[in-house]
Amino acid sequence: MTNSTVLSVEGLKTYFYLDDNEIAKAVDHVDFAIEPGETLALVGESGSGKSITSLSIMNLIEKPGKIVDGAIYLNGKNIVDLSDKKMTDIRGKEVGMIFQEPMTALNPVYTVGNQIIEVLRKHKKMSSSVAKKRAIELLKLVGFPRAEETIKEHPHQLSGGMRQRVMIAIAIACEPKLLIADEPTTALDVTIQAQILDLIDEMKHKFDMGVLLITHDLGVVAEYADRVLVMYGGQIVESATKQTLFNDPKHPYTNGLLASLPSLDKQTDRLGAIKGTVPPAHRFPKGCRFSTRCPHVMEKCLHANPDLIPESDGHEVRCHLFK
Amino acid sequence: MEVKNSEDNTRIAEDVLIQVEHLKKYFPIKGGVLKHTVGHVKAVDDVSLTIKKGETLGIVGESGSGKSTLGRMIIRLLEPTEGKIYFENDDITDLSNRKMRPYRKDMQIVFQDPFASLNSKMSVSELIEEPLLIQTDLTKKERKEKALNLLEKVGLRADDRNKYPHEFSGGQRQRISIARALAINPKFVIGDEPVSALDVSIQAQVLNLMADLQDEFGLTYLFIAHDLSVVKHISDRVAVMYLGRIVEIAPKDDIYNNPLHPYTQALLSSVPVTDLSKKSEKIVLEGDLPSPSDPPSGCAFRTRCPLAHDRCTTERPHLLNRDNGHSVACHLHDNK
Ligand SMILES: Nc1ncnc2c1ncn2[C@@H]1O[C@H](COP(=O)(O)OP(=O)(O)OP(=O)(O)O)[C@@H](O)[C@H]1O
Ligand SMILES: Nc1ncnc2c1ncn2[C@@H]1O[C@H](COP(=O)(O)OP(=O)(O)O)[C@@H](O)[C@H]1O
Ligand code: SF4
Ligand code: SF4
Ligand SMILES: [Mg+2]
Ligand SMILES: [Mg+2]
Repeated sequence: MTNSTVLSVEGLKTYFYLDDNEIAKAVDHVDFAIEPGETLALVGESGSGKSITSLSIMNLIEKPGKIVDGAIYLNGKNIVDLSDKKMTDIRGKEVGMIFQEPMTALNPVYTVGNQIIEVLRKHKKMSSSVAKKRAIELLKLVGFPRAEETIKEHPHQLSGGMRQRVMIAIAIACEPKLLIADEPTTALDVTIQAQILDLIDEMKHKFDMGVLLITHDLGVVAEYADRVLVMYGGQIVESATKQTLFNDPKHPYTNGLLASLPSLDKQTDRLGAIKGTVPPAHRFPKGCRFSTRCPHVMEKCLHANPDLIPESDGHEVRCHLFK
Repeated sequence: MEVKNSEDNTRIAEDVLIQVEHLKKYFPIKGGVLKHTVGHVKAVDDVSLTIKKGETLGIVGESGSGKSTLGRMIIRLLEPTEGKIYFENDDITDLSNRKMRPYRKDMQIVFQDPFASLNSKMSVSELIEEPLLIQTDLTKKERKEKALNLLEKVGLRADDRNKYPHEFSGGQRQRISIARALAINPKFVIGDEPVSALDVSIQAQVLNLMADLQDEFGLTYLFIAHDLSVVKHISDRVAVMYLGRIVEIAPKDDIYNNPLHPYTQALLSSVPVTDLSKKSEKIVLEGDLPSPSDPPSGCAFRTRCPLAHDRCTTERPHLLNRDNGHSVACHLHDNK
């Protein structure tokens, strides 16, 4: 961690305590850091722990879930034990958030303008007239040329892509140093997805933010990320720069994901599917969590979960094949 | 597009399974206190196409472009507002439910959300046996055997048959839907975004399965998706839809290597790719899909088209064959 590190997550464990004494280890010892101006992508299949990681950072874990261990440094300050009230101040002010379904994050009763103005008044203590002017500027910034009219509209009057632009305007309203985007374009078509991801990228540069981009789309990772964390079974199984991950992927899971992708420029008869499915977080196998699906599984994998160890500079892999 | 004279009864080519001509679906928009019709959503607006026996025709387009509506009309789950539908040699457009019955077992559909489309109170074997019970004269024992056989074909285990849908993952539920669709030996299967809700690894399992089953049973597919790489992988030919119309249709290699319509070009350039050396220039389209209740005059794509010109406002471009089954609807390409 350097002085300017925006976010540093250390040894994070978030468990869910289920009935009959079972424990779902949704996030199980995760470490990573994000620097200003950097986009860190978190990829993995559904159920691998991506969203619980991001919700933990914002302290939005609900019962029966709990952060059981670890530290979360936001701009150098450990926020893991802050009170709910203090966290409410941080969310939206120091951390901007964008989710997959903007309709659930926006309030249908209020106009677009009111929702931005409220954030500015709450966190920036602006007067309503100043906040209104700023809301119009923000909407123009995220691509509403007729912002004076857009502020009077309600969320349901907007398309999915426009709602996501409004979410971005709200997320950057307080110029946070960290932006968390959890599947921001999964519900959108590719032409709109490109607009939204380009906009997030532009805002990142403009405000020198660190971005945590959660996605299951490796194409999105390839175009927008700087570094990548591949997550499986609540743990990071590979961590690398984008170039290293796509040019020299090491972990069998990463390779499986890449082989599953149909390609636009190559024709393959069969896709290299990964057999089986992600086990639920309270039923991880003993040993390596990927062992039930791994084509390279060895005796040792059934007993010991490998550590995440450096393979080369800035490239870490959690697999017994690499030492 | 070959659109032949519709009076002639024996005009559909031998190798064609499905032919639709000038198909339209206008949904009425009700408004005001009296619930009068105040306009129409032109969900599908004059679509003609053919699907050959044993081929896979892929359909791509943004959400709301009319893909599902077209699919449902083709198998008569939805009444067309206008147009004709032929199955093999027969005009099935206006058949009554009773007359439609023998055709029903030849056509099946698999939907996107395997959870919503499977009755949660039925066990897997009941789900697969149901179409056999309705559509065939098989005995109970024969039905059980057939269901077991199908279960194995789609890669599920025999002891899965007494389980219920909620006990399965999304990919496994989609396998159950596919087994159910295949139970009565259909000739034609529509997949309406059948892998869109699945993780890439599971999506690959289901795509491989669909390809294997097509080979084994000689199925004809209409495969609807918004993911261009998925459609490319599975299809022989691809149609691109925009606001209820087909704007380009061609053998897949032609569509992907030589896209002619500005919309197809923009779509292809927007797909994020994992090959870092292949980072091509994106054509970023301005704005959103216009409302299908009030499509732009002339070319429906003109409000977002970087190449729009005067003629595009006034004149609707027709889908014209350029060469060898590569057709495009754009004024830039109508000078034969
Ligand atoms: N409230 C909860 N109670 C019990 N287990 C939970 C709860 N929320 C999440 N989990 C479990 O934690 C694991 C990680 O879930 P998470 O939502 O982080 O996945 P994800 O990677 O974001 O998946 P997706 O791609 O589907 O969004 C899963 O096994 C999930 O079932
Ligand atoms: N039952 C219906 N009533 C009114 N409008 C409908 C109905 N079904 C679909 N539509 C509209 O028709 C258009 C095309 O829809 P659809 O075929 O579902 O698109 P796609 O499958 O390409 O996403 C959309 O604008 C949709 O809102
Ligand atoms: S540790 Fe063993 S099972 Fe796990 S990924 Fe490596 S080879 Fe596969
Ligand atoms: S007809 Fe005109 S507006 Fe339509 S796609 Fe062609 S150039 Fe663009
Ligand atoms: Mg998630
Ligand atoms: Mg649809």
